[in-house]
Amino acid sequence: MAERLLLRCRDIPDLRRLDVYRAHGGYAQAQKALTEQTPEQLVEMVKASNLRGRGGAGFPTGMKWSFLPKQSEKPVYLCVNADESEPGTFKDREIMEDDPHALLEGVLISSFAIKCHLAYIYIRGEMLLGYERLWTAVREAYDAGLFGKNIFGTGFDLDVVVHRGAGAYICGEETGLIESLEGKRAYPRIKPPFPATHGLFGCPTIVNNVETLVCVPHIVGRGADWFRSIGPEKSPGPKLFCVSGHIAKPGVYELPMGTPLREIIYDHAGGIPNGRTLKGVIPGGASMPVFTPAEIDVPMDMDSVQRAGSFLGSAGVIVMDDSVCMVWALLTLQQFFHHESCGQCTPCREGTGWMHTVLERLEAGRGAQADVDLLLNVAGNMMGNTICALADAAAMPTRAFVTKYRAEFEEHVRLRRCPLRVPGETRAHAHG
Amino acid sequence: MPTVNIDGKKIEVEDGLTVIQAAERLGIEIPHYCWHPGLSISGNCRMCLVEIEKQPKLQIACNTRVAEGMVVQTGSERTKAAQRAVLEFLLLNHPIDCPVCDQAGECKLQEYYMDYDRQRSRMALPDKVRKHKAVPIGPLVMLDQERCILCARCTRFVDEVTKTHELAIFERGNHCEVALAPGKTLDNPYSANVVDICPVGALTSRDFRFRARVWYLQKTDAVCGACANGCNIEIFHREGRIYRFQPRANPDVNQYWMCDAGRLSCHGLQGESRLLEVLTRGTDSFAVGEWESAVGGLASTLRDPAGGVAFVVSAQSPNEELYLLRRLAARAGAMVAGVSWSPADATGDDFLVKADKNPNTAGLRLFGLDGGASLDAVWDAIEAGRVRVLVLHRSDVVGWASGASKRVREALERVPYVAVLDTHGSETAQYANLVLPLATYAEVDGTVTNHAGRVQRLREAVPPPGAARAGWSVLADVVARLEPGLTIASAEQVFTAMAAEVPALAGIDHAGIGPHGVSVRA
Repeated sequence: MAERLLLRCRDIPDLRRLDVYRAHGGYAQAQKALTEQTPEQLVEMVKASNLRGRGGAGFPTGMKWSFLPKQSEKPVYLCVNADESEPGTFKDREIMEDDPHALLEGVLISSFAIKCHLAYIYIRGEMLLGYERLWTAVREAYDAGLFGKNIFGTGFDLDVVVHRGAGAYICGEETGLIESLEGKRAYPRIKPPFPATHGLFGCPTIVNNVETLVCVPHIVGRGADWFRSIGPEKSPGPKLFCVSGHIAKPGVYELPMGTPLREIIYDHAGGIPNGRTLKGVIPGGASMPVFTPAEIDVPMDMDSVQRAGSFLGSAGVIVMDDSVCMVWALLTLQQFFHHESCGQCTPCREGTGWMHTVLERLEAGRGAQADVDLLLNVAGNMMGNTICALADAAAMPTRAFVTKYRAEFEEHVRLRRCPLRVPGETRAHAHG
Repeated sequence: MPTVNIDGKKIEVEDGLTVIQAAERLGIEIPHYCWHPGLSISGNCRMCLVEIEKQPKLQIACNTRVAEGMVVQTGSERTKAAQRAVLEFLLLNHPIDCPVCDQAGECKLQEYYMDYDRQRSRMALPDKVRKHKAVPIGPLVMLDQERCILCARCTRFVDEVTKTHELAIFERGNHCEVALAPGKTLDNPYSANVVDICPVGALTSRDFRFRARVWYLQKTDAVCGACANGCNIEIFHREGRIYRFQPRANPDVNQYWMCDAGRLSCHGLQGESRLLEVLTRGTDSFAVGEWESAVGGLASTLRDPAGGVAFVVSAQSPNEELYLLRRLAARAGAMVAGVSWSPADATGDDFLVKADKNPNTAGLRLFGLDGGASLDAVWDAIEAGRVRVLVLHRSDVVGWASGASKRVREALERVPYVAVLDTHGSETAQYANLVLPLATYAEVDGTVTNHAGRVQRLREAVPPPGAARAGWSVLADVVARLEPGLTIASAEQVFTAMAAEVPALAGIDHAGIGPHGVSVRA
């Protein structure tokens, strides 16, 4: 893509400062939206743009907004999900640190569209720099009259609070986030009721990802048709891809939705370094099924990746070369999910720990042949049977790793050790 | 009013009902751990997953509202597989220490394992997560974290019902554990309810544990007598011995709960202080007497008292006794003091506990016994020499007077003939010429009227000890001697007689009182 929209901070120095942001057209879209559009028109525009959530689930943003009750005596809240914690994902962080006003402008327009007067930005606790820069930007915006009372003289009021999370993956699940924001343990809520009717403090609430909201000013500025013209129509727009792992140029890439995975890895991110070859790639963050090298000609948009058997998720592209033991890779993932399962639902609480235990055994060469099928069976018993998607997030990679790299799991059993072990090395893997 | 089809059976139910509730109406039990009708819906245990037509995923029956035309399968292959999976997960880190677990026999893990699982564990023993066992978390409750299935019933109880927040879930994943919140002890007045609602052996009763295996116990529906609320209970007993009380659901009285004081009151019903014999005063000591002659003696004394007669009757008495006492007093021309006495420091709360510690104060009102003479008027009459016969029915007048008992003692000494009818020995009984041992409310058929005017059934759970007899039967015998031709052979017959006489009870059929009682104008 010739022009970067979501990563303008890469091209414009000091974009995080309000004066610089405004000098480059900042808040003009907000002014346009608030003074020239009605909330209903904005919701329709976002619907027409086919913007889909960038947090992982890919739910159509305009449709989510339209689930709010038409009349509500209770206040409506916008919660910005800035709890970016999916392993392999680091796109929102760059926006918040280097282009915080882009998020705030998105918050302003979106709040106006959903008739919200108090927006919360729930930022991952570890992102201290982003937190500080967001607050600085919020204060600048308040001083400039962009937040507070009577914004742009329209009579619209909006306050923004930036809230730091306290360190749990589950706080990124939208109802877990709401519980956490209410000061409770972040147990995801049973649905129904959905946040659109019973969300934060029991009030109608919209939870949107950072990148999603950053798309909104561009849709206002250039129109829904323009947005829909980028990439596939049902899953369009500019998209941030986080490329990490065994890759020559790891980092965040802004590319049109639908850019083939192969192109992202080999053309944009420079391919696999050190003369190694690709062994597998996770397309959408740790929760999503892994692709083998034979599967990487997939266009990276929500529908195409799903058709290919995985999910675009958070677009966290994790590249693994042929030095990686796939048993060890899955063990690493399951260690994470075991640690992060909130423990509320039985299948996830017990299943994540069980898979972790079995994988530790297999990776150490102490596993049995039956353990390989046991993993598949446990994952199957977890899938779809819990309140939130964390059980699925743990089960899906297990199924994909074990199915696609089964021989490697069985070799661990047969050899009673990791086949990739370098003689004399205590750890099985240099990068372990 | 949607019609829902569950396992091929159709039922029309009101809007908003959940699948688990609709199934219950059809007599279909959908297995569940975390759902409890008295608590908010948590949806965490996943045991109630069922298959619903047109829904790709299994749904939890506890949080799925019925809809018109909904078709539910509670026993399909997919449902069965999910139930097996959930039970396997629940038992994965469970210690399986049933032989030493007090919950055995009333444990939902045991029951559902036999009903829905029956597979061998695929988890190696050394891999189990270890947690704390036998942790006392309050005066009445013992916690075993390893047996806990984290259904959050107990934490929801202390959050939603008592709002005391002593318990919470800490840590994450399979290291989650229920524990006391920092600085707290589980000592609220309703603490032991968490033991009842714990579906497994994680929370056991320090009062009851290891005293009996539950499968040896029988249970009888009853009403707690510890205060005027009349919480519905089950009395658990074996071979005449009472082991514990547990609350019995009654949406109009106590929902699903009871207070700790009421629960522990089971211990006071039996024991050394019970009156076990008919006692008659000899020259300087009591002699053991016989019922026949004692009842005859009392009857003839009342027939021909040769002076004034006074009755003191308390709100500890069931309706049947109050009715017969009223009838007896009327025949003897006695003055009657109906007394509802509670200790000076008795308190109540805004939930179940009433400051009135009598089960039948409303009964006194029902029979017009509250508006008679005051206790002081009885002492006045005695001091004026106008009382020759004093009947004290479940009325420990010396104990009631506590520190100021001098006047009462002197009055009792002055009355030529004192009859004491009671369950337990007391200082008052020392002044009696005749002591008749009565049955407690756990030992009689009958009724009591709670503070809100609800008439509820008592049942004989255990036989009265020794020579003790049901109060209604003793009084009926006395009445029968004064009213020849009258025969009353059961508490039910007493009820029928009083229902014919007391307007508030008109039309109420003893057999029709039902498990939740009947509301009357008391």
